[in-house]
Amino acid sequence: MTAIGMEVSGLTVELTTPRGTTRAVDGVSFTAHRGRTLALLGESGCGKSMTAQAIVGLLEPIASVTAGSVQVDGEDLLKVSRKRRRQLAGPTLSIVFQDALTALNPVLKVGTQLAEPYRIHQRMPAKRARAKAIELMRHVGIPEPESRVDSYPHQFSGGMRQRLLIAMAVALSPKVLIADEPTTALDVTVQAQILALLAQLRKEHDMAVVLITHDLAVVAEEADTVAVMYSGRIVETGPVDEVFEDPRHPYTRGLLDSVPVETERGADLSSIPGAPPDLFAIPPGCPYQARCPLVQDVCRAERPALETRAGRAVACHLAEGTAQ
Amino acid sequence: MTLLENPPEAPAPEAPDRPARANWFRMLLADPAAFVSALILLLVAFVAVFGRQLAGDSAIKGDLSLSRLAPFSLDHGWQYVLGGDLLGRSLLGRLMVATQTTMSVVVPVVLISLVIGASVGMWAGYHRGRRETVAMRIADVILSFPSLLMAVVVLYIFSPSIASIIAILAITRIPVYLRTARAESAELQTRLFVDAARTFGTPSGAIIRRHIFPIVLPTLLTVATVDFCYVMLAESSLSFLGIGVQPPDVSWGLMVAQGRDQLRTQWWLSVLPGLAIVITTVSANLLASWVRIATDPGQRWRLTVPRRRRRAAGPTVLETT
Amino acid sequence: MLTFLRRRVLTSLLPLLAVVLGVFVLARLTGNPTALYLPENATAQAREQFSAANGFDKPIWSQLLDYLSGVVRLDFGTSLRTGESAAVMALRAFPATLQLAAVTMLLACLVGTAVGCWAALRPNGLADRVSSLLSMTAASVPDFWLAILGIWVFAIMLGVLPTSGVDAGGLSWVLPIAVLMLRPAGVLTQVVRGAMISALGSPYVKVARSKGAGERRVVARHALKNAAPPALTVAGDLAVGLINGAVVVESIFGWPGIGKLLIDAILQRDFAVLQAAVAITAISIFVLNIAIDIGYALLDARVRQKVGAAA
Repeated sequence: MTAIGMEVSGLTVELTTPRGTTRAVDGVSFTAHRGRTLALLGESGCGKSMTAQAIVGLLEPIASVTAGSVQVDGEDLLKVSRKRRRQLAGPTLSIVFQDALTALNPVLKVGTQLAEPYRIHQRMPAKRARAKAIELMRHVGIPEPESRVDSYPHQFSGGMRQRLLIAMAVALSPKVLIADEPTTALDVTVQAQILALLAQLRKEHDMAVVLITHDLAVVAEEADTVAVMYSGRIVETGPVDEVFEDPRHPYTRGLLDSVPVETERGADLSSIPGAPPDLFAIPPGCPYQARCPLVQDVCRAERPALETRAGRAVACHLAEGTAQ
Repeated sequence: MTLLENPPEAPAPEAPDRPARANWFRMLLADPAAFVSALILLLVAFVAVFGRQLAGDSAIKGDLSLSRLAPFSLDHGWQYVLGGDLLGRSLLGRLMVATQTTMSVVVPVVLISLVIGASVGMWAGYHRGRRETVAMRIADVILSFPSLLMAVVVLYIFSPSIASIIAILAITRIPVYLRTARAESAELQTRLFVDAARTFGTPSGAIIRRHIFPIVLPTLLTVATVDFCYVMLAESSLSFLGIGVQPPDVSWGLMVAQGRDQLRTQWWLSVLPGLAIVITTVSANLLASWVRIATDPGQRWRLTVPRRRRRAAGPTVLETT
Repeated sequence: MLTFLRRRVLTSLLPLLAVVLGVFVLARLTGNPTALYLPENATAQAREQFSAANGFDKPIWSQLLDYLSGVVRLDFGTSLRTGESAAVMALRAFPATLQLAAVTMLLACLVGTAVGCWAALRPNGLADRVSSLLSMTAASVPDFWLAILGIWVFAIMLGVLPTSGVDAGGLSWVLPIAVLMLRPAGVLTQVVRGAMISALGSPYVKVARSKGAGERRVVARHALKNAAPPALTVAGDLAVGLINGAVVVESIFGWPGIGKLLIDAILQRDFAVLQAAVAITAISIFVLNIAIDIGYALLDARVRQKVGAAA
């Protein structure tokens, strides 16, 4: 077993809005191992990005963490002081955001931005930090880094910008890297390159990578473990091969069924009917009840807990039945 | 291969797009500051129309025995509650007469610049191309010069009269509406419903009138409310400097100027007319910010939630003005 | 960069030309511009003499040529009051206004940035309240009344500041600057606050925080630098608009600048001086606009690149 990079348990995030208070993330727990990739899979609005923001402490003011812990290196990130949190941000825990165009500061040279982690955490003199920035750029595959170090973000292509963002995140070889939809805004060919780069860096730095995505193919390709999120909760988790081979939650099954398969060419593509419940009107019982083909009375009355059986966990009253 | 990224958004149930008239009134009540402002502006409008009759002789014929009468005493009738000037004319009466003069400049200026600016702006934004470029260039030229500088030159050459003041102030304010209307109309003319109307052969004038104007109107009204203050301040400044409203007419700005020499002995002659300006402009500004919220479907909820709950939800509101 | 500047110079030249030509056209619209120069009680003979001496009896295009060459040579004729060259009078008054405007803008920028940033960092806090009060006041209170209020309170009642003039050294600056500052400070506070709120909420600020950047670094290096270009644009417009305030403030406080010269010229019907003052003001606005464009290009790399692409 590889070393544990980060252990999230019972993470709960509440949103306070004019329409009332609601739980956007509800008791989410998972463990990310060093050198491995854990995928957090779900539709938009299921709370996966909110989970990432809560872990790195960058929630919008309307959201706040109300319960749970995030253990990295024996420290609970949710309990440490702001100062300590800043010290950990970079060398211990880092994040790659989705949209590299807005995530890079448009008025600062990329070299300056890449040098920042060294300047902040190692108080490195400007000249050396700049040399490190050039080195980083070369490492993530940006051609002619010496001449491009003084360019501005808008002078790079989308894929290159994402590389820059990743470079910045791994500058201090963090123990945990969260990648929040790192390839969503990119072309398919560039996507593959970026994912390959992430995998390469993960091995080099022995990082625990939490990959947040809505793309089943990315999960199948890149992740070791998958946690499927629905309506703020993890509904199923386990090794990717096993979960994809034998989904136990009807939602996971629905997702997998909606993927076109070569052998079924010409057949109708199935999709999950309906939409996730309104966050402000989550019904009692299972949040998936309205869309579940197997729904029964117990689903409407009781909320299923995430129960672990032999390395896999699923939150469904009918899990055993569906497993067969 | 990927999941549905953008599920259709459920419409927010308690935010109807077009509130009924009664609803508008309730939203006005929900914001006490805006409500009081509206009342003050109604009073100003009333005085502007009937002030001269109400004030009667006290504003014109002085009673020298009441010269330099101090304010805030009812001994000499309600007209003299704000004191009297050197000639014994009632300050309140003169203020009421001045309200009429001030409004007879400000209201026409706002209306003229609104109508001309909005029409040209919508027309330019709808047609784009050269017409837009020319209209915007002219607007830029007018806006790039301090309005007072232009007013000074024009009022020198054509002696200051109410008509020339209205003309010059209207010209300097047209670009404000022109820019707003153009921006919105340029955006709207790319929309599908305008395309649809065009496909049916609707003439451009009718499209602008029926499809663009109703959407641009709320924004224009907000701009007009704010601009009302600006024009009032500009008129007062001109009158104060002696190149605006000329005696024997009287406006608020002119009264501040006339009372200036007596500042040592009769402070109220200058200070109170200025206060009248401030109260009116503050009211208009408060009302404008209410209009801005009330006409914005995304912010309207703030006026439908009772005060206390709104404060409780306070920190959640991301102010992005 | 040069192409960009050349284009900006040309577009900024348009308003300048409009003012210069506008004065000429308006003066001719009245029939005979002689009436503008001479006192209202001038004899018919004096009028004719003046008209002939200044070429107002020549054809219109020849008058235009004379006028334009006069403008280029900064020759607007002589003042009716003092007999001095109008241009010399305007140029002499100009530095006083420039000093007043420069100090005012500097202070307004400092106040606007400080209060605006602070308000953006603490929504609904004290600074946020101060900032909305400031902008409300700026939009509602007439500057001339504020000036009079200031004189009443600080000069007459408390006797700590002079009522007018420039003889009292530093103290004579206090009221004029305080009054003149109100509008730009109020507007800039709102602009900086808005720009900072949107900058602080942007992804690149999140990234900076995720790198462990402290609050000071986030505000000063990341957010403020992004908020600067819009603030600079507004500051430029405000500086141009300062002329409005300067006319009022200078004439109330007896500040010997271009604004007072303008009002004196109009009240004493001194058309040559009026023309000179207007032209000098127009030229300085032209220069200011160019300076703002250069500053903008220096601040924002994206503008610079667009410039490079156009070249």
